[in-house]
Amino acid sequence: MKLAELAAPRQDYSYGFLDAFAKRELRRRMLKAIAIPGYQVTYASRELPIARGWGTGGLQVTLSLAGPDDVLKVIDQGADDSVNAANLRRFIARMTGVATTTDACRATIIQSRHRVPEERLRERQALVLQVPDPEPLRHVEPNMSRAREMHADADYALMWLSLYEQLVRFKQFIGGASYPVMVHQRYLMSPSPIPRWDTPTLHQAPHLTLLSAGREKRLYAVPPYTDVYPIEFADVHFRVESQADRVCANTGAAHKYMDEVPQPDGTSLFRLSDTGYAEKLIKRLRGETVKIGPTYYDSNGEFYKPGYLKSRDGQDIEL
Amino acid sequence: MAATMFDAPRLVITRPLLQARGLVKRYGRLTAVDGVDVTVYPGEMLGIVGESGSGKSTVLRLLNLEEATDGGEYYLDLPEYDGVNLFDLDRYHRREVRINQIGIVYQNPHLGLRMRTTSSGNVAERLIMAGERTFATLRRTARESLAVSEFPLDRMDDLPIRLSGGMQQRVQLAKAIALKPAALLLDEPTTGLDVSVQALVLDTLIRLRRELRIATVIVSHDLGVIRTLADRVMVMRRGCVVEQGLTDQVLDDPQHPYTQQLVHAKL
Amino acid sequence: MTILHVHELSKRFHIHQIEREVAAFDWVSFTLHAGEFLLVRGPNGVGKSTLLRCLYRAYVPSAGQAMFTSTAGAIDLARAADVDIMWLRRSEIGNVSQFLRPRPRVSALDLVAEPLLLLGHDWETAQREAREWLAAFGLKPEIWSAYPATFSGGEQQKVNLARALIAPRRLLLLDEPTASLDAEARAALVERLGQLKARGVAMIGVFHHPEDVRGLIDNELYLAPPDSGSRRNGEEYANVAE
Repeated sequence: MKLAELAAPRQDYSYGFLDAFAKRELRRRMLKAIAIPGYQVTYASRELPIARGWGTGGLQVTLSLAGPDDVLKVIDQGADDSVNAANLRRFIARMTGVATTTDACRATIIQSRHRVPEERLRERQALVLQVPDPEPLRHVEPNMSRAREMHADADYALMWLSLYEQLVRFKQFIGGASYPVMVHQRYLMSPSPIPRWDTPTLHQAPHLTLLSAGREKRLYAVPPYTDVYPIEFADVHFRVESQADRVCANTGAAHKYMDEVPQPDGTSLFRLSDTGYAEKLIKRLRGETVKIGPTYYDSNGEFYKPGYLKSRDGQDIEL
Repeated sequence: MAATMFDAPRLVITRPLLQARGLVKRYGRLTAVDGVDVTVYPGEMLGIVGESGSGKSTVLRLLNLEEATDGGEYYLDLPEYDGVNLFDLDRYHRREVRINQIGIVYQNPHLGLRMRTTSSGNVAERLIMAGERTFATLRRTARESLAVSEFPLDRMDDLPIRLSGGMQQRVQLAKAIALKPAALLLDEPTTGLDVSVQALVLDTLIRLRRELRIATVIVSHDLGVIRTLADRVMVMRRGCVVEQGLTDQVLDDPQHPYTQQLVHAKL
Repeated sequence: MTILHVHELSKRFHIHQIEREVAAFDWVSFTLHAGEFLLVRGPNGVGKSTLLRCLYRAYVPSAGQAMFTSTAGAIDLARAADVDIMWLRRSEIGNVSQFLRPRPRVSALDLVAEPLLLLGHDWETAQREAREWLAAFGLKPEIWSAYPATFSGGEQQKVNLARALIAPRRLLLLDEPTASLDAEARAALVERLGQLKARGVAMIGVFHHPEDVRGLIDNELYLAPPDSGSRRNGEEYANVAE
């Protein structure tokens, strides 16, 4: 007996893999999420041909958004070429017929895990972030019904208490990726595990950000031009990871988010985490003409919205 | 003495700071509190005594707005809550009152403290809840409040779980008074402490009563504690107040058979 | 000026356990003026201390009135609201008992200073006056900051007197304050009471040895045992003032 005899005959899937009802539900949920910035909207997360926790949330959003004219970029930790990113990109392209790219400026939909591109996104672009844990209060309030009540009351005292504790114990904020932010002065939101470096990019951004957790069945959004502020004290400020003294070994770029590459001799090399951006820089080094968009951080490491980041250097905390 | 409140001429015309009328709380068929009135003047400490199950702790929980009532009214004499029955407030505003105007010290510190948050952090939480977002202010106010409750400041960043029972009660107290509330509720605050530690905590409470001019309600089954702290006493039995009056009067010249029994059992 | 007018005051204890009514005193009447010292006399168990406690409202009088002229107006001590009594105790009516109730871990000095703090005086003033009063009663300065629970009866009583007399009062209730005092402290007490009396403080006293305060006594009130037929206790009290 052959395998083909056992398997059902091949049938075509719906456009975008998901059936029409699923896509309609997701679009409605997205509209609701956009209408209430930062608010977590539940949805019926569908089964997909990849495992939960591998980007199913982002995938469902992208599949419901994409049309034949869209151009797709998929990022995994900054890279376009990881197995996971490549699989997702191929799958979405096959199911929707979208064009694909590694250029953040060209893409209309960017599905990403753990990074925002270095080049500034524009209007009419959508950033879809894959979210493992949508609940920013989980660490301070394990009881989820209680956490939902706290969102309802905008009672986020425990988050500032945890900041207080960090300062008392470590003299600095120790939160790394997923640094919690207040969206539109109302909801506390986890920006997905993007590094602190990327957090400011969500503030008053021209593009739409959609965040979706497939396993947790929740999605939320930051609409264009919405206030997003990391939680901080009036006198002790949020800081991004310092990229000073790090130069990309491949491109010579500085003041961008770097991956550290440990060397056999115990030292480290650094490489741009954003491979799409690195690719363009290399092309330019080779003398090819390439259009590189303005970046969030300039060559001195200054964020493009002056004054938004109140502190670049370490503060001495007096206890 | 309640009957004489109205017909005798009054010297003190201050209004009560805390006033609750007709408190009722039922658990299923059991009526835990059955029509209790509580009146406390500024700077006054009211004791509630009674055996286990008399409803005295339930009264305290009702006054702390942590449980829904089955009847009654509750007023704090503050400009922003003038004529507002606190039981009528929605959850959000009740929370606001609890944060800003009511402090509580539980017998069991686990109920009142986060054991794995620093002691100063436990106090700072109150201020954060009230909207304070400046770290230096949080530090300063937490330090001041802990000092007022006579907590050793070199240990202010220790976890409560590492502290002795007496110290834990001081942290609870500092947290309770951090925002200078109108009402301070003490639920057996010294029960379970060593006698010498108990004495220290009592002394702190006496000083605070004198200095803060807030309305304090203390629940205790320890008549010694009540005699030391309370200005007036209410004796509760089966959810009702059987007798109330000045502390020395109730303890030295009890009128009700139950109070006589209680006083003689303890002395 | 009349400070206190007591009219047919009675006290009976109802002891529920044995279902008995025990009379302490019946039908007591008297009038007390500013600066007047009234000595309460009578055989043991006749309710002399009980009378003082009723006026202090540590006991609830069973019948009668005790009209007190406070600076805020006249009030019947037998029926006044608790909150009024608390205010009077803090500011106008002092009680000098036989025993100190030492509080654990509170020094003699702090215990004496406390009534002034309750009246709103600042800490420095209260401490200074407390030292004065303790010195006046001859308590050794080296034990001022010790806990009175460890003191002898005489020493405790000196602390007690200082605490009871430190704050200015309109009426003082003296319940055998000289009981455990040495001669020197007794003399100091009499001198202090004399000064207060001259300032217009009215006093009602119960003394085992009335000769201790002989020079102060203006009037005497004789309490007869209850139910002894005397229906008008103290109606005719002797004026012993010269």
